Amino acid sequence: MKQTWIVFKRELGGYFATPVAYVFLVVYLILSGVFTWYIGGFYERDQADLQTFFLYHPWLYLALIPALSMRMWAEERRSGTIELLLTLPIEMAHAVVGKFLAAWCFVGVALALTTTEWLTVNYLGEPDNGIIVAGYVGSMLMAGGFLAIGSCISALTKNQVIAFVITVVACLGFILSGFPAVLDMFQWAPEFLIEATRSFSFLTHFAAITRGVIDARDLVFFTSLIVFFLYINAVFVDLKKAD
Amino acid sequence: MIEIRNLTKKFGPFTAVDDISFTVEQGEVLGFLGPNGAGKSTTMKMLTGFLAPTHGTAIVCGHDVRTEPRAVKANIGYLPEGAPLYPDMTPLSLLRFVAEIRGYSGTRRNQRIDEVVALVHLESVLHQRIETLSKGFKRRVGLAQAILHDPEVLILDEPTDGLDPNQKHDVRALIKQMAPGKVIVLSTHILEEVEQVCTRAIIIAEGRLCFDGTPEEFRSESRHHHAVSLTVKTETAPDAAQALESLESVATVEVLPSANGTSSFMLFPRENASLVRDVNRFVHDKGWELEHLHVEQGRLDDVFREITQGAASTV
Ligand SMILES: Nc1ncnc2c1ncn2[C@@H]1O[C@H](COP(=O)(O)OP(=O)(O)OP(=O)(O)O)[C@@H](O)[C@H]1O
Ligand SMILES: [Mg+2]
Repeated sequence: MKQTWIVFKRELGGYFATPVAYVFLVVYLILSGVFTWYIGGFYERDQADLQTFFLYHPWLYLALIPALSMRMWAEERRSGTIELLLTLPIEMAHAVVGKFLAAWCFVGVALALTTTEWLTVNYLGEPDNGIIVAGYVGSMLMAGGFLAIGSCISALTKNQVIAFVITVVACLGFILSGFPAVLDMFQWAPEFLIEATRSFSFLTHFAAITRGVIDARDLVFFTSLIVFFLYINAVFVDLKKAD
Repeated sequence: MIEIRNLTKKFGPFTAVDDISFTVEQGEVLGFLGPNGAGKSTTMKMLTGFLAPTHGTAIVCGHDVRTEPRAVKANIGYLPEGAPLYPDMTPLSLLRFVAEIRGYSGTRRNQRIDEVVALVHLESVLHQRIETLSKGFKRRVGLAQAILHDPEVLILDEPTDGLDPNQKHDVRALIKQMAPGKVIVLSTHILEEVEQVCTRAIIIAEGRLCFDGTPEEFRSESRHHHAVSLTVKTETAPDAAQALESLESVATVEVLPSANGTSSFMLFPRENASLVRDVNRFVHDKGWELEHLHVEQGRLDDVFREITQGAASTV
């Protein structure tokens, strides 16, 4: 526990030690603003809520999370610091979880900076703040899912660009698996397969949460997905650390 | 303190470390030698719990790396090959991180960091990003993190590689200073370094152990150990080669290339012969004009080549 915390602190400090963190935050804020106010047509909808803000989060994350997760293990392996880290008296789980939590926390910081938009809608009208809180929770959970996938893929390669591309593709898969158009392609498949595909969709679960109901099923989905990918992540690091 | 038992590592079909066994006791400084790709780093990675052995195991301070890797890691200070460090951190923040992981906190942490910083002279760069440091400073940061918890066992993979002569000297002095009460295993390609700092040398080639002994024993393996090199004026000693061969204590004579007007020879002694005295008297009696007479200590490079290539050709 303590070891996880120490790794977490180092990692989080690492994000802010480079300009990358600030670039990420600025791009994140600009993009989420653009999506919400312009592309999402906030003014035309004439409704005081953050539906459009959250609507685009999966796509925002699709571009930004892989950029954050790509270096988590790839860089560690490329520079050889993985040997330094894993010969300290810690368990693999401490390193994997510490790194993951730091990245997640960093996304949390980015998300926290968007509370200006929350304040704005409260200034402009009277939104249902319960739904908005649920939206934030859902957004964090979804970010955690993407990060766990990205961290896991980052352990497979020393090349950050490859990690980025594969993570984008994998995350896209998890977003699209809920799209009717995609599900239609599976019409030949048995019903349970289609259901299974749909149930793996981030969109389905995220949309459910942003409607304001935090259902246990959606919570379980995201947390078990995170735990599963972090476990695989640890296995991958162990397999690939020697190369 | 370190006991290596039948340690083996395979990468697919390739055997990088092949059934190596030896033990190292407290106070020993073990020099690990071998050609590139011999398996030195791989052995160290298994010893420090980074890589799992394919067969065999290592016991460090009573803990088995296979079953109690964390206890082993707690007892070891390790400088990996090339001293990898987080480039975005400063030496101070890196040392703090390592100190905390190793269980130090508060004033004890700061005190301990101050001590190692003074020991390896890092004061001037404490707040500078590691990526901007010179190789010498990076290596010293690597050393600092390895000795931070005053470990019983120190594993140093090429600690002086790429350093200038002054830095090399400093690092060796530091190693010697720390040696009593510890087990130190270091790998190097500098054979002289083994004589300067190590109490014992182990050579591996192609993953197999092919020499284990003191640096003196290592040197005495040389054909040139106690051989005598001799240079005389040719005009005063026309048939020197034949004459020397007739000497009782001389086993063989080798003619060496030499400058104009002089002749040079390498004389190899018979078993237990006091060659240099005999040669000296002989030259004197014959009235040869002596330019140079030297008792060879043995050539480390030759021994190294003989041992490692000998091992390779038996495959
Ligand atoms: N992850 C790996 N996968 C495959 N082969 C490897 C791996 N790591 C090392 N090897 C091989 O194992 C052999 C031993 O490598 P090692 O790094 O231990 O040599 P070394 O004695 O440290 O050499 P050097 O003096 O060059 O540092 C080499 O042939 C190397 O190519
Ligand atoms: Mg090596």
